[in-house]
Order: sequence, then C-alpha cells, then structure tokens
Amino acid sequence: MKQNDCNKCGKCKDKAEKDLSLCEHLYTILIYSENVPGLLSQISAIFTRRQVNIETLNVCASSTPGVHKYTVVCCCTESMVIMLTKQIEKRIDVLQARYYTDDEIFINETSLLKIATPIMLEDARVSEAIREHNARIIEVNPTYATAEKTGSTEEILSLYNTLNAMGAVLQFVRSGRICITKSKAEHLDEFIARREKERGK
Amino acid sequence: MEKITGAEALMRSLLNEGVETLFGYPGGAIMPVYDALYDYTDRLNHILVRHEQGAVHAAQGYARVSGKVGCAIVTSGPGATNTITGVADAMIDSTPMVVICGQVGVAMLGTDAFQEVDVVNVTNPISKWSYQIRRAEDVAWAVSRAFYIARTGRPGPVVLDFAKNAQTGMVEYKPEKVDFIRSYQPIPTMDVKAIEEAAYLINHADRPLLLAGQGIELGNAHQELLNLIEKADIPVGCTLLGLSDLPSDHPLNVGMLGMHGNLGPNVQTNQCDLLIAVGMRFDDRVTGNLNTYAKQAKIIHFDIDPSEINKNVKVDLAVLGDCKQTLAAVTEKVHKIKHTAWVDSFKPYAKEEYEKVIDKAIHPKEGPLLMAEVIRKVSEASNNEAILVTDVGQNQMFGCRYFKFTKAHSVVTSGGCGTMGFGLPAAIGATFGAPERTVCLFVGDGGLQMTIQELGTIMEQKSPVKIILLNNNFLGNVRQWQAMFFNHRYSFTPMDNPDFELIAKAYDIPAATVTEREKLDEEIEKMLTTEGPYLLQCGVLEEDNILPMTPPGANVDEMILEI
Repeated sequence: MKQNDCNKCGKCKDKAEKDLSLCEHLYTILIYSENVPGLLSQISAIFTRRQVNIETLNVCASSTPGVHKYTVVCCCTESMVIMLTKQIEKRIDVLQARYYTDDEIFINETSLLKIATPIMLEDARVSEAIREHNARIIEVNPTYATAEKTGSTEEILSLYNTLNAMGAVLQFVRSGRICITKSKAEHLDEFIARREKERGK
Repeated sequence: MEKITGAEALMRSLLNEGVETLFGYPGGAIMPVYDALYDYTDRLNHILVRHEQGAVHAAQGYARVSGKVGCAIVTSGPGATNTITGVADAMIDSTPMVVICGQVGVAMLGTDAFQEVDVVNVTNPISKWSYQIRRAEDVAWAVSRAFYIARTGRPGPVVLDFAKNAQTGMVEYKPEKVDFIRSYQPIPTMDVKAIEEAAYLINHADRPLLLAGQGIELGNAHQELLNLIEKADIPVGCTLLGLSDLPSDHPLNVGMLGMHGNLGPNVQTNQCDLLIAVGMRFDDRVTGNLNTYAKQAKIIHFDIDPSEINKNVKVDLAVLGDCKQTLAAVTEKVHKIKHTAWVDSFKPYAKEEYEKVIDKAIHPKEGPLLMAEVIRKVSEASNNEAILVTDVGQNQMFGCRYFKFTKAHSVVTSGGCGTMGFGLPAAIGATFGAPERTVCLFVGDGGLQMTIQELGTIMEQKSPVKIILLNNNFLGNVRQWQAMFFNHRYSFTPMDNPDFELIAKAYDIPAATVTEREKLDEEIEKMLTTEGPYLLQCGVLEEDNILPMTPPGANVDEMILEI
C-alpha cells in the first residue's frame, strides 16, 4: 500500500485520466461521536454493507471532553466515501464525519519490531538499516531487540521490508493511522458551538 | 418523593409521550411491565396480538394513518426477534415506531441466559436508534429520547431493550422531555440559495415533472404541494407510498410511478426537461435502469435526509429541509405559468394504457373475476374515501393502481421491504389509528396465511377491518415472473388452500365468497354495511398478470403493456 494512492484500480498513475467517481483512492475519515457504547459496531456495519474494507482504524478520546474520535482509513471512490460519510453522520450519536485526502492532513503511524539479537550481531546491515530509518531501539537482551519506528506507512514498511529480507524480524506490528487536519478551521468546535446555540430553540 | 418501579416509570413515560394505544404480547422478561400495565389499562389501550410480528406491523399501520408514533411491547429473545421484520420494514419505509422488548437482567447479559438475544446489535443496522435500558433511573430519559428520535426528521423505528432489573428497580420518577440532541439535527437548515436556484430552474423549465413521495405525507405538506403544482402547472407522478399525496382525480396527477405504475409518468420521466423529486428516494422499482434514467433532465431533489442526495441518482440541485417549508418557500418564488401542451402530452399515454390495460382489467365481459375490477368497485363503493391497506404481491400492485384516493394518509403498504404478511396486522393497526375511517385490506391467499393468526386479534377487538381476499390459489406475483422470465416453470407457486370462509367463521368474523360478476356489487355493499370486521373472499382469475410492467433492469420508458 502506497501513501498517496492504493493503486487498486490502476488508474491513479495516469493523472490525465483521473476521474474521481471511478478511481479508488485512499481516504481518511474523521468521525467525532458522543462517548456512548456500541458506536464502533454501528460505524463498521456501514462499511460492511457498502463492501468497503477498513484499512486502519484508531479510536480514542478527542481533545473535546466527552467526545470520541475515530480515524478510519479506507480505499474507495470519492462518491463512495461521500455516501459512507453521510451514512455515518446519520447515526444519532455521531456529531460529525468528514473525509480527507492525504494532502489535507498531517499523518502519523507507529510500529514496533522485535528483532533477533543473534542476527543483528552477525549482520551489520541490520543496525545500519535501523539507523538509516531513524528507528529507536528501546530494549536489547541476548535473545531479541525491540525497535520503534514512527512515520508514514511507506517509511515504516520500508524498514520492515529491509529487516525482514535479512531474516531479522521476529514480530512486527503497525498502528492505525492518526492524523490532524491542516485546515485553519476547527469544524467540530464550530459544529458544537452552533448546536449549543440551537439548544432550547 | 415516591418511588416506583422502572416498569411503572415506563407506563408514566408512555403517557407523557401521549401514547394511547399499544400493540403487544407478554412473556417472561417483560412480565414486570405487563404487571404495571394491569393498573394502567384505563389510560393505555393495549391490544393483545397473536404473534409479535403482528404487533410491529399493527404499530406501523397505526402510525401511517395517524401520523403518531406506533408502539409495540414484546418480550426478550424470540419475542424480540419476531419483531425484526417489522423493524426493518419501518426503517426502509420511514415509519415512526418504538419497539420495547424485555431483556434479561444485566447480571445475566452475555451468559447465553434463557431467552437472551443481543437485540441491540441485531437491530442496530435496521433501526434509527437502538438502546438498552439497564437502570430504572434511565427509563424516563430513554423513552422520551426514543419517541423524539422516532418521530422527528426522517421518521423511523427505535428499539428499547429493557433489562429486567431496570423494570423491577425502584426510582423516583421525574417526567423527561427530550427535544434536543446535539449530535442529531432532524431537519437540515433550509438554504435560501438552493430555494432560489430551484425556483429559477422551475421558472425556466418547459417540461417539468414532479415525483411526489411519502415525504409529503410524513411532512403533512399536501397543501404546499398543491400550491406549487397549481401555480407552476407541474404534472405529478406519485410513488407507491405517496399515492395519497394528492387526490387521484386531480388534473395534474398523472398517476403512479414505478415498475407497475402508469405509462405516462414513467415514459415522460425520460422526456421531461426538469425532474423535481420531493420526499422520495429513487428506489430501483421507480427508476429501472439508472444509466438511462432521466439523463435529458435537470434534477432537483427535495429531501429531509442528506444521505439520500446523490445516493442512486446524481442530481443537479439538492434542497434540504422539511418539504412543508421548502415547498412553500419555492412556491413564493415561482412564476404563475401554464404548461398546457406538456400537461396534455400525458393524455395519449393515459388513453393508450386505458385501452390496452385498464379497460380490460376493470370492465371484463366474461371469465372469472379480476383483481382490478374488485378493487375499483370496492374503492368506488367507499366513495374513494377509504384507507387502502395491502399485503404484498399482485394484490398490492393492483390495489395501488386501481384504488382511488381523495384523502391524505390513505395508503398503508409495505414499500421498500415488500413484506408478505404485513397486510392483516397493519390493517388492524389502521383501525385504531383512524377509527372514524373505513379500512379496506386487499390480501392474497399467500400473504394472508403468513399472519393469519391475527384474525384472533380482530375477533377479540372486533376491529372493523374489511378483508378482501383476492384468492387465485397461487403466489401470483412470483408465478407471473415465472411465466415471463422462467419459461412458465411454476416452481412452488400453486397453493392448496383451506376454506378461508370457514376459518373466518371460526374466528366469529362474518364472511362470504363471491365468484360471479353479477353478485360482486351486492357482496361489496354487504361487506361495507356490515358493522365490524368482514371477510369477502373473491375467487379471481388464477393466472392474471399485473401490467403494465417495466421488467427489472429495463429503462423506465420501456413499459410492457401486453404479454
């Protein structure tokens, strides 16, 4: 999986032929909801019904008290992501759902790699790759070393692929994407402020 | 302050929401509620159905004709799962309904306890909101929130899963009134610019066609619709659920849309230069092949639900909001104009359809009775003022084609879900929702037997349902498709039927059978003048076909008139 497009439909390479309604792209949907149980299954059911896979998912409390933030990455056409977003927003306890392309957000992912110490000691390329990728060693013992790499999907996968080719990786895990928007407007705050004004009217 | 049980708090909360009628069936996990109900029967009219599916369909029928929220109460496990069809049906047809089902106590949740089913998760994708009440303290809030969600915006079903410990727990009851949920905006803000653009498009159209959906019924926008179409002289095609949006004989009503609708509005969908869709959702039964649907026209979509915009048909302009307001706002800005030639252009289609289909269907000279003639005669005998309830299949399509409407809120049929067995219980609900009106149910021999146990409810309540059984000893609609698309291979569509008249009599329901044309008027008259319920079995032509028809996937203007 590439950072900017998923290459699923093969049309992304030829920008001239780029037709958003037909072309599948990677989209990040940011969903804000009230902190109530059961919302995740409501959201995932919408993806299932539309036959869209969730590539990565992150759920956590947002900076607004009582509001949860879901970061969902999926690959689909723009018309599909519009429908998904509207149908998610239709769920009663969802405050807001918006979709973004990669150029509209700052993105990060993190990963952990468990590396076999004997191979690392034997093959100098292992520690070289870790240094080149700016990964951080957080623990070393005679059996294994644990490395942490934060960055884009591509950077993380590049390190993993390099080390894996050397046979050094015992375990690998990559987190879901987290992101913040580049926009100067804070859409959620505006939404909540507007709704609070409408309360009691 | 006095403490009451959660079950009694439910009773008070229902009264607080203005509930008068409930449809339900008791069982283990809802017993505390039924015990509380025992002391509230002077204020809450509980109708005991014979199967939980009957309770939800009755609640739907009640809601459709009254505009109020229908309410059903059932027990946990199988009681709750028996309501699923009705919940799904109410969701796709936007019917306001609250279903309250019992649930095992919270201590037993997740342990596969007796009659425990994960109702919230089962109903989540098919309901507007699904919530588990786990404490007596939450009853008042949850019930009020449920009714608020069910009736506001685009209405829909809400499921309350009521844990037994919350029913028995004690609480100081305080009435709640939920009228705001910050994450839920029922009616999108009206966009003045969109209104102006819509008026501009209407003012510059030569051949406008308006598609009227159930949104007009739900929004009580009948007058606003009339004001717009009469001012701008716009012909109107109605969807199945929008058939009583305006009177059938209004000069601008050009008929029913869809697969078995009228020729004119379907063909002219691909001739108009402006398509104005109001409170409808471009169902595939209306559009046929989307790739050729109204490509020549600009399209405006009036809807309350933003997720309907561009879902099936890409539109040029969306007018979000409550159609009662948006239609009125647009009407102010449109010019008074005449489209005489365009309106007249529907007449040849109506004439062709009358000659090739309608005349033969309602004025047959010989042979067995036809469904269409029975339906038209019942409609006329009731001054076209009755409520039409149908089951699903040929009875439904004939019913909707040949019944005529003069009043709003007169169609109760399962549109999006197409639920066989819907008719009988929905008709029972309709008699409670509109007790002053005549309720005529058209049902086939197949559909009647799917919920036939509700004859017991009719017996007990003496519900004045006029049941017109169109008996062709076939699953008629499937048989027609087998004839047309499966080389006449009648795979499991012929039916050996019981003596329905005898069954009705066993339930103490007056019944008669008619097979002869000469006796039809007299039998219909007898049915309508007999007080209370009545079953009129009409032996109709076994292999009748519902026409015209747009075959599935065909273009909207490719209607077959004869086969």
